[in-house]
Amino acid sequence: MNMAQPESRTSAHLREAQMLRIECPWCGERDQEEFQYGGEAHIVRPESPDTLTDEQWADYLFNRANTKGIHAEQWCHAAGCRRWFNVLRDTVSYAILTVYRPGEQPPGNIE
Amino acid sequence: MSTARRLQSGGLIDRSRRIRFKFNGKDYSGHPGDTLAAALLAQGVRRFGRSFKYHRPRGVVGAGAEEPNALVQVGEGALSTPNLRATQVELYEGLTARTVNGWPSLAFDVGAINNRLSRLLPAGFYYKTFMWPRSAWMRYEHHIRRAAGLGHAPSLPDTDHYDKRHAHCDVFIAGGGPAGLIAALGAARSGARVLLVDEQTQLGGTLLFAPVAIGGRTGLDWVSELEAELRSFPEVTILNRSTVTGYYDHNFLVVNERRTDHIGPGQASSKTTRERLWRIRAKQVVIATGAIERPLVFDGNDAPGVMLASAVSTYIRRFAVAPGRSGVVFTNNDSGYQAALDMVSAGMEVRAVVDIRENPGASVLAAVSACEIPVYRECVVSSVQSGFQGLKRIELAKLSPGGEDILSHKGLINCQVLAISGGWSPAVHLHSQSGGRPRYDSAKACFVPGSSVQAECSVGACGGSFTLAACLREGADAGISAAVQSGWPGGYVDVPAVKEFAQAPIQPLWEVPAGALSGNGVKKFLDFQNDTTAADIKLAAREGYRSIEHVKRYTALGFGTDQGKLGNINGLAILAKALGKSPDEVGTTTFRPNYTPVTFGTVAGRTLGEQLFDPVRKTAIHAWHVRRGASFENVGQWKRPWFYPRDGEDMHAAVNRECLAARNGVGVLDASTLGKIDIRGPDAARFLNLLYTNNWDNLQPGRCRYGFMLGEDGMIMDDGVTTCLAPGHYLMTTTTGGAATVLTWMERWLQTEWPELKVYLTSVTDQWSVMSVAGPYARTVLKAAGCDLDLDGDAFPFMSMQAGQVAGISARVSRISFSGELAFEISVDANQGLALWEAIMVAGRDYDITPYGTESMHVLRAEKGYVIVGQDTDGSVTPVDLGMDWIVSKKKDFIGRRSLSRSDTGRPNRKQLVGLKTEDPSRVLPEGAQLVNSRQEAQPVPMIGHVSSSYSSANLGRSIALALVKGGLSRMGGTIYAHLMDGSVVPATICEPVFFDPENQRTKS
Ligand SMILES: [Zn+2]
Repeated sequence: MNMAQPESRTSAHLREAQMLRIECPWCGERDQEEFQYGGEAHIVRPESPDTLTDEQWADYLFNRANTKGIHAEQWCHAAGCRRWFNVLRDTVSYAILTVYRPGEQPPGNIE
Repeated sequence: MSTARRLQSGGLIDRSRRIRFKFNGKDYSGHPGDTLAAALLAQGVRRFGRSFKYHRPRGVVGAGAEEPNALVQVGEGALSTPNLRATQVELYEGLTARTVNGWPSLAFDVGAINNRLSRLLPAGFYYKTFMWPRSAWMRYEHHIRRAAGLGHAPSLPDTDHYDKRHAHCDVFIAGGGPAGLIAALGAARSGARVLLVDEQTQLGGTLLFAPVAIGGRTGLDWVSELEAELRSFPEVTILNRSTVTGYYDHNFLVVNERRTDHIGPGQASSKTTRERLWRIRAKQVVIATGAIERPLVFDGNDAPGVMLASAVSTYIRRFAVAPGRSGVVFTNNDSGYQAALDMVSAGMEVRAVVDIRENPGASVLAAVSACEIPVYRECVVSSVQSGFQGLKRIELAKLSPGGEDILSHKGLINCQVLAISGGWSPAVHLHSQSGGRPRYDSAKACFVPGSSVQAECSVGACGGSFTLAACLREGADAGISAAVQSGWPGGYVDVPAVKEFAQAPIQPLWEVPAGALSGNGVKKFLDFQNDTTAADIKLAAREGYRSIEHVKRYTALGFGTDQGKLGNINGLAILAKALGKSPDEVGTTTFRPNYTPVTFGTVAGRTLGEQLFDPVRKTAIHAWHVRRGASFENVGQWKRPWFYPRDGEDMHAAVNRECLAARNGVGVLDASTLGKIDIRGPDAARFLNLLYTNNWDNLQPGRCRYGFMLGEDGMIMDDGVTTCLAPGHYLMTTTTGGAATVLTWMERWLQTEWPELKVYLTSVTDQWSVMSVAGPYARTVLKAAGCDLDLDGDAFPFMSMQAGQVAGISARVSRISFSGELAFEISVDANQGLALWEAIMVAGRDYDITPYGTESMHVLRAEKGYVIVGQDTDGSVTPVDLGMDWIVSKKKDFIGRRSLSRSDTGRPNRKQLVGLKTEDPSRVLPEGAQLVNSRQEAQPVPMIGHVSSSYSSANLGRSIALALVKGGLSRMGGTIYAHLMDGSVVPATICEPVFFDPENQRTKS
């Protein structure tokens, strides 16, 4: 889960600039304007935050991989089924390689 | 003196009809089929404007979207459109147009003095001259912009309508020239759904002016046949007068379709929109956008009469206009020779072909020799002489073998038209926008598309294949293959035979040496619209610029409406040479959307005005507020009553009256807009414990509790009261603006982090109408309204909820208060909201019940020191900063808890919430005012806080403010100063943020 603060409502002019096609695992392929981006996936909230040093907590809280290439990230089908899921996306070409449900791991054969 | 003329025959114009129009106030006429530029050229108009910086007279250079000079403002008033290219404007009866450059007039231009002062206006002259001091720039800018011209935005609202359409296709084809047409046919015959988009009035591309035969027919007949077959397929859509303005991710393309500009304002049916923005998702894209001819870069290449060779051919063959009486061709490749032949066919006297190369192609040489046109090899046009009406003669010079110098002056040749061809630049714009990176092909001396990143391919001239045979072959293959790749079986297209001669290679010469007649004022233009010269690029290189992107910004190369369609490749090649690099190493600038300018109307479409730009939400009681004369404020998408002025009252008076009524009598607030989330499930309390900072284990059914929700960074995100309706069933309220965000936030934790929790969330914001009856008579009014509940203190304690009837309507009544008064919040089915509100107003009549708006709500809560998330907090404030440690549980984990003990969140000198009382009680501080420690301090003055809420309080008879002040909790009683914009300094005393009833007697009364 990706924390600090959630994104605010997307304004009309920003919706115009969204052009990905994303496959919701439950609803199928739709335009990006139905979805909300959630940042890097597979960030697990620490079980016992109190046992962490400030650095360890900050690492969970703030530090992200900023991947150039294939990036596992969270999306929510906000204007559809409202469900969250994971996407493998190439941050260079913006190609989406696969989608999978929360709690699942990305398929191992993706290069 | 008219030098140009209309030909007696030929061309794609309808001579039987005459269209009258005005240009710069004068009457002209043309024929159907004409562009504005063609009709004006036919009537001898040579000058179309003044250049941006030097105000040199400029004529038409091109015949299409690449035109940099002939920019016009078309139409009047609300329907006026600036900066259209006269080469693309179709004539209609009554059209009015004027040049956009050349204030105060085209003939007499004060800016032309810049031309004589040009040594003072080198590259980057704005930055060097005017940007410092800033105040000087402010003074100059107005005059520079005015003198520089470009069009004017209409001053009236646009009365036209615009639409958007969404489409999906198998094969999208950009460009309706030979390659695009045959690609469309291949895809259509394969069964694919095809969208063919072409910029021009009619399909054909270069075939509209090139004298070629295809499969035994004329090029135009072949186009007609193909178009007829294409239109017979139900799954083929052809868009004329439509530009592919952008190519985005996942094969998403945007097309601007111009539907009525060619018939003029007011001519279309009222249901026809002026333009459409198509948003298209394609499985495969075939780019067939052709190539743009490059100018040659020599001294004086901007004189009216110097035109692209292909433009000269277009005006002669498509529009039947001879652009002058005499002409010369200057070229570095075989394609330029066609202009010589076309000028001959138009009856013009062609006095020379000047070719940079030693060995032109044999077939073109033979063709012009047959017309007795002298060909000067290894020669250049080294300068020109021009007068008021444009080009008069050219200087011919012999080029040194390396092309660096002039060997000898060879004389002058009189001519009115100079047709130039510096080779062709494939229109790689869409390929580049799709993510591809064009690469330099040195044999062809141009940038060609690189590897495909998306499902696209470039065919024909835009792929660097400049022969017609290649265009047809590649187009047919690409169309069929795109259909196959989108799942169709594939069809068959017979690629017709064309007769073409072998061509000799191009010889690039990016900059022609200046000639003997050039003198001191040599100007070889790259970007005509921005007056960027070869010298500017070299100066930028000398001054240390290396990146083409920086040079572009420093010299303004490619900044205009044409986006460098003519000049950019020449510019980067000259930069490459100056830096000792290859064009490939320098690379192109980024080709960004849009390909040509797009009107704001098209972008906006119907998403206009308050109703359609963003949804407007109104409560069930809205109509009553309107009748009562409320002023409204926007809170998120909601319209909320702000205050209810009575006759003659200003806002201040109305708010004072409302606040006094709530404290001394009874007031009522429409609170329906607060977000409401229904939470159910056996793990609901566990979930609330994770969301909120305080403890929820022991909240019994019928009891309410206030909570803060933090981000994981420990900062306050939202707040509200949550009520336990039954075991495992809660109703959460959120701030009005935060409702959607909070619901998404909660869902996200449940779905991604704690899927094992059995909790289910439902937004019920719109299902309930909520009103808060507040004040000493609140209980009395509720009883008068027929509330069947025992409202007395012990039976109905503070922070509890009971279900009952009010005025015969089923209701949830909660004893909660955001005003600090005795208050009951009544929630009913939204359909009953207005009925209940009206019943309450009747029941409260004897007590002068006063509806109050958000402004009074803000004052009342500030008197009590209750914060508003987003006003008194800004994403950097913790509950501890608000002095509310009591709400933070030490016994459990919750989102954001660990962050509260980070070194920064735990440090003592954080900004903390305090109250402020100005020394002058009548002085109301502006919200946002910065606070400092003393009246006078050395600069820079340390800012130690800011005012977050500030009001005049009628109940307290003075001003009050809330502020966030560094270490404020330990500075009670101290003095702090607000420095205001008007220069005054207002001292204030720091106090507790609770100004009224600190013991909370009233809420519990
Ligand atoms: Zn979905």
